[in-house]
Amino acid sequence: MSTEQDQVAADAKPMIDIVGLNKWFGPFHVLRDINLSVAPQERIVICGPSGSGKSTLIRCINRLEEHQEGSIVVDGTELTHDLKNIDAIRREVGMVFQQFNLFPHLTVLENCTLGPIWVRKTPKNEAEKIAMELLERVKIPEQADKYPGQLSGGQQQRVAIARSLCMKPNIMLFDEPTSALDPEMIKEVLDVMVDLAQTGMTMLVVTHEMGFASQVADRVIFMDAGQIVEQNTPDEFFNNPQSDRTKLFLSQILSH
Amino acid sequence: MTSQPFFRQQSELLPERAPPAATIGVVGWLRANLFSGWLSTVLTLAGLYVLWLIIPNLLDWAFFDADFTGDDRFACTSSGACWAWFDQRIDQFLYGFYPSEQTWRVNIALLLLIPALAPVLFDKMPGAKRLRWFSLAYPFVATFLLIGGFGLEEVPTNKFGGFMLNVTVGLAGIVLSLPIGIVLALGRRSRMPIVRALSVAFIEVFRGVPLITLLFVAAILLPIFLPPSFSLDLVIRVIVVVTAFASAYMAEVIRGGLQAVPRGQYEAAAALGLGYWKMMGLVVLPQALKISIPGIVNTFIGLFKDTTLVIVIGLFDVLNIGRTMVSNPDWLGLAVETQVFISIFFFVVCFSMSRYSVHLEQRLDTTKR
Amino acid sequence: MAVAGAPAGFELRRIWSDERARSALFQILVVLGLALLVAFFVANTIANLQARGLDPGFGFFSDQAFFDINQKLIDYSSQSTFGRALVVGLLNTLLVSALGIIAATVIGFVAGILRLSNNWLIGRLIGVYVEFTRNVPVLLQIIFWWSILTGLPKVADSLSIGSALFLNNRGVRMPAPILENGFGWVAIFFVLGIVAALIVGRWAHRRHMATGQPFPMLWVGLGLVIVPTLIVYFALGQPLDWDVPERTRFNFRGGFNVTPELVALWWALATYTGAFISEIVRAGILSVSKGQSEAAHALGLRPGLTMRKIIIPQALRVIIPPLTSQYLNLTKNSSLAIAIGYQDFVSIGNTVLNQSGQAIEVVAIWMVVYLSLSLGTSAFMNWYNSHIALVER
Repeated sequence: MSTEQDQVAADAKPMIDIVGLNKWFGPFHVLRDINLSVAPQERIVICGPSGSGKSTLIRCINRLEEHQEGSIVVDGTELTHDLKNIDAIRREVGMVFQQFNLFPHLTVLENCTLGPIWVRKTPKNEAEKIAMELLERVKIPEQADKYPGQLSGGQQQRVAIARSLCMKPNIMLFDEPTSALDPEMIKEVLDVMVDLAQTGMTMLVVTHEMGFASQVADRVIFMDAGQIVEQNTPDEFFNNPQSDRTKLFLSQILSH
Repeated sequence: MTSQPFFRQQSELLPERAPPAATIGVVGWLRANLFSGWLSTVLTLAGLYVLWLIIPNLLDWAFFDADFTGDDRFACTSSGACWAWFDQRIDQFLYGFYPSEQTWRVNIALLLLIPALAPVLFDKMPGAKRLRWFSLAYPFVATFLLIGGFGLEEVPTNKFGGFMLNVTVGLAGIVLSLPIGIVLALGRRSRMPIVRALSVAFIEVFRGVPLITLLFVAAILLPIFLPPSFSLDLVIRVIVVVTAFASAYMAEVIRGGLQAVPRGQYEAAAALGLGYWKMMGLVVLPQALKISIPGIVNTFIGLFKDTTLVIVIGLFDVLNIGRTMVSNPDWLGLAVETQVFISIFFFVVCFSMSRYSVHLEQRLDTTKR
Repeated sequence: MAVAGAPAGFELRRIWSDERARSALFQILVVLGLALLVAFFVANTIANLQARGLDPGFGFFSDQAFFDINQKLIDYSSQSTFGRALVVGLLNTLLVSALGIIAATVIGFVAGILRLSNNWLIGRLIGVYVEFTRNVPVLLQIIFWWSILTGLPKVADSLSIGSALFLNNRGVRMPAPILENGFGWVAIFFVLGIVAALIVGRWAHRRHMATGQPFPMLWVGLGLVIVPTLIVYFALGQPLDWDVPERTRFNFRGGFNVTPELVALWWALATYTGAFISEIVRAGILSVSKGQSEAAHALGLRPGLTMRKIIIPQALRVIIPPLTSQYLNLTKNSSLAIAIGYQDFVSIGNTVLNQSGQAIEVVAIWMVVYLSLSLGTSAFMNWYNSHIALVER
């Protein structure tokens, strides 16, 4: 990349700007001095051992967790105690959970239209149109009238992705989206995520799927003990890790 | 800067820091738990006000202004509670009209309850297997101790009263209802239509009517249903209906336990060639009963509280002893004191049992995972 | 080659080992045994009844009762029949049960939800209430509250709340509403207001679905019910008067009296059952996994909306079955009225039983009535469970 492009990239307003983020759970210092800037359309994979704070970090971004020190600015709006800011940010940020968290008493279609109807004030049939388009994109339009309990894990997670996309977010957060899936269903979900990345969505993905990282990520971040230990392009990260902590981690997960 | 390649070595990792002062310690706890929002603050203040109204007055009444000695209510001259009756009457509350020189038998029966129950509730304890034979023999031992005969002076059951009566009726009901409950639970799951219909009918009838109506059956109807020359003690009749009542609830608890035993257990036993009774006795019931113990304890707590209903048919359980005591001119008007005493006793017993059953439920849950 | 084996005929041994024959035999034996037992009891009963000179049958329902009932919802005097007395008793049972169920539900839901708040003090206080009330026999609580209420000052020294509510050892004396001319119109407009609110509610929902615009239905609905009613009320000159109790020398004139028995029984049942209900509500809401509310918040749903659309529908599925059990328990526990002299179905039945000697019939009636209530409740619960179950594969 030329320095001019570097300069342009550096000037472009970041989609997410985190400065000096610190968070405690009671006495435990779980996020230490996080500084992170996410450019529009950037795809970031966050990895690290369990307990490193990676899930906590992305959950802070849409206020599912509250931070005590530092600032988080999402698409120009700062995340404070102000409910209006929180609501605005949550409208722009979609989240996919490890346990899917679909609403079991609503059909797949109703799961997807709930947000648009009640938060974005979209008329019902327009919301349903959008939902059906997205269900097509995740390749399960025929399940629209089924209930989550009738679907497999991979199907449920794809519905969860469609549900978040129905809100037309600018940023998508993924919290270990494939960790609760049986092995044969991981690919179908990852395919959807690759497809999404190729449409230019800004994505932060917490995952152990390193193949996905190499294929799609612009940046890989390694976290440990609540802080960012290393970040680099996937190429450099996997082939040329600099920190001894990173080397140790990679040796543990890439050995098989 | 925050998106450029970056790394830290192990030695450069940031150390842990203490959380901001306003979020930890006493201040932090107060803010999070008592004053976390305006509604929470209002509730805290309201709660503190209620406590401030009640607690000092309650303590004054119960302890600081109370009288503890005296021969009758006229000796209680202060504005607080009158506990003077306690000394004189505690035996009556505990044993009813049981002859006072024989109450040691009741005490022993109660003490023996511990080694009788322990191997059932704590099946991992040393010596449990052998002690369980004693558990089986305990009902006979206890009956002998309480009623007498064979060398011990006979005490007719109409002298039973007070807590002893509540405990006797409650325990007898639960213990006797266990085998009947098992039979009913098995019957309800049976494939034989008549057996299933009869079990369902029994369970629904005895669960659907108030215990009071059954006590009236014991007091008034059973003598009509029995041969004219044959008369049963009222206490025995009460135990009979209480047992039937408890069996219905017990059957539902055990049914839950039977359902909780994984289907694979039934299938494995059948595959081994075990017939119905061997399968139930050797494989299914031991597991089902163990799972059911919290439910059984809960049923007992409910039954124990319900034993106070016998006041309605004239038996002198602890509640009735209290009532008759305050209609005695010596102790007129002390209803609240007796009720407080009886409440505390029941509360202590029932609360400990329910804590135990909650503890058991948690233990059973984790071992299953 | 044909095999010359044992004839495929009737063998006694086959009955024993054929599982169908065995089960049939067993059932026949059970029925026979039961029949013998029943015959034994019936024979004894006939002998005993003859010895006492009693006539079985329900004819005594039309005999005169000769006793009075002080708490009654329908007309009754000592010249009425036993049958009518029992009906009065049944109505009294239903009255205290209905009032108790309403109060217990309110207490239970409020306590359960409060206990879930993150206020430590309130959580603990409610915990103390729940544990104490659940572990003390309900009969004791009923008698306790009754002792308190009958320990209130005599009528001449009544405590008063405001100038219209009086508490004394004969009960609670409160103003009685007097419906004057025109009140009918107020009631009509009230009902019309509710109907209008329902209609507007449906229209608003359809509009929301069609255009996406939400509608402030709560305020509009309240307004539709309250405003026209108030306008008509004042326009017609406030056609609602109160018969306020006034003190006379030894008693009160006017107003109406609620006996301490009813109040004590109602309050004891409400607080006792309310404690159980609060635990049921708490467990129900906790049973909805945290991920549900997180997903809803992540989509941008505010807490109120999350509660309404996600948490409560799922919590209610878990809450309603045990809740109906508690309602049934409350109804059965109301039979303890006999201990404090509230003349409910069991209490009056007992009097009828003593006076007429027809014990079997009275007890049978008790059983039938309470069983009907139980079975009705079970049927409802089964229907509800099958109707509302989450669809799974």
